Amino acid sequence: MSIPIADHIRDIPKSGIRDFFEIVQSMQDVISLGIGEPDFVTPWHIREAAIYSLEKGRTGYTSNLGLPRLRRSISDYVAGVTGVRYEPLTEVLVSVGVSEAIDTALRAILNPGDEVLYHEPCYVSYSPSIALAHGVATGIRTHAVDGFKLLPGALDAAVGPKTKALLLNFPTNPTGATLTREEAEALAEVCLRRNLVLLTDEIYSELTYDDRTHFSPLSVPGMKERTIFLNGMSKAYAMTGFRIGYACGPAPLIEAMMKIHQYSILCATTTSQDAAIEALERGDTSVRRMKREYELRRNFITSALNDMGLSCRIPQGAFYAFPDIRSTGLTSTEFSHRLLREESVAVVPGCAFGEGGEGFVRCSFATGLDQIKTAMARMTAFCSRLHSA
Amino acid sequence: MRRIGTTYSCVLMQNLIALLQHNPLMPRADLARLLALPEAEVNAKIAELENDGVILGYQTVINREKWNPDTVTAVIEVKITPEREGGFDRIASRISKFDEVQSCYLMSGGYDLLVLVEAENLRQVAAFVSEKLSTIESVVSTATRFRLKTYKENGAFHHIETTAERLSVSP
Repeated sequence: MSIPIADHIRDIPKSGIRDFFEIVQSMQDVISLGIGEPDFVTPWHIREAAIYSLEKGRTGYTSNLGLPRLRRSISDYVAGVTGVRYEPLTEVLVSVGVSEAIDTALRAILNPGDEVLYHEPCYVSYSPSIALAHGVATGIRTHAVDGFKLLPGALDAAVGPKTKALLLNFPTNPTGATLTREEAEALAEVCLRRNLVLLTDEIYSELTYDDRTHFSPLSVPGMKERTIFLNGMSKAYAMTGFRIGYACGPAPLIEAMMKIHQYSILCATTTSQDAAIEALERGDTSVRRMKREYELRRNFITSALNDMGLSCRIPQGAFYAFPDIRSTGLTSTEFSHRLLREESVAVVPGCAFGEGGEGFVRCSFATGLDQIKTAMARMTAFCSRLHSA
Repeated sequence: MRRIGTTYSCVLMQNLIALLQHNPLMPRADLARLLALPEAEVNAKIAELENDGVILGYQTVINREKWNPDTVTAVIEVKITPEREGGFDRIASRISKFDEVQSCYLMSGGYDLLVLVEAENLRQVAAFVSEKLSTIESVVSTATRFRLKTYKENGAFHHIETTAERLSVSP
């Protein structure tokens, strides 16, 4: 007999980038602009804190919600960034990356059939995570002309009788879209008026450019009660492999999330939690240094992409350029596969990020400058062949 | 020195200087792309920094294990009596003018000047200390220490850091 797979798991489509990933893996000397993580190694002082944690023999479980000191650091950090103060002992949960926090939050709030809205193109896990929690995922398409921002009118129009929550991700992977204060306020207003729970994944919040500071919809008065604030260490501190994220929310919600977290995960890795304390308490300089580097590379890559005839907005956040490749006459999958085969450069086809991603590719500038330069030279050659054909 | 105007151009200058410090050989066209400026403007800004004496020069970081490994580097701690007029400056500038001296700093703490000396061999350093440095009138005492091995110099590591494997594509 074959082991039967649960219907709702079987129905989740295979990730759009898995096939592509396998082809890239089989090739040599590929320059990859397809990686959604910082190319920097975790700053040394943070790694050193992890080593010290091991030296001290801190290898046991922590409290389910996470180390109290880490939760205090998180509470201070979130208060500093958003102006909203969470009670460290009851309103903060330390998770294994933001992904776990999103999954746990959705499972804590959704009854089967509840609808969750999210904006597309977006990070690949949102729709499957909603489906795993027996929810109904409804994407709202965003458009290049609007800078891939979610417009309040589009959100309002999408809310139906079964809509329970809205999942936001600004700055956005893969588009680099950000929200201004006014735009965040307008979305918060819809959440308040239509009685939506807001899940806001702000993992890229530290990575905004051109002296823009990130504005969280959490900061809007009245939103704290209905918001699940999600963030983590991975992107800002280059700590992807440490797997530390967190959720902040009203105490009863965190208590409900804790029930899931304690039975499925127990607690996040102790060494990583110690490293996260160091990052939050003393990591500002490292974040600034990396951010400055990303900003310069962003300038480089967007200027090079525009020069080769691929129209590309200058992203205000995250570390992805999302050029429009429609002028080449290829689909994003054709473009990516041919670019890989002909020039050994990997970019991620936009269709992997859902509705509205077709016609675009994602190029990560969390890649060394030398590699970006070579990749841009190869893409220029590729595009001039396409445009002259 | 001219002051740099707005905050934006201050950040810009910081970025430009950081890029040049890291790699002065970077093509100007690349600098222009990174800073989102026309190339002519980058050239003008660099010329401005050079003229103002903000940029004093461009140097090459040499791996000393691979090139002239027998060259001797010494760190000399020098105590001096400051002069009534000119303090430490005149004497420090006098010491700095010797070819052997690579760097010279006025320090806080147990001694006054820290002098970095490079020479072909030990004897040359000894000759410099005994014949030139110690004989200067206001020099009270010297303590010489020799470099045994270099691990990091001007921000550059002297051994290759291996970086971990990354996934080639990830969401």
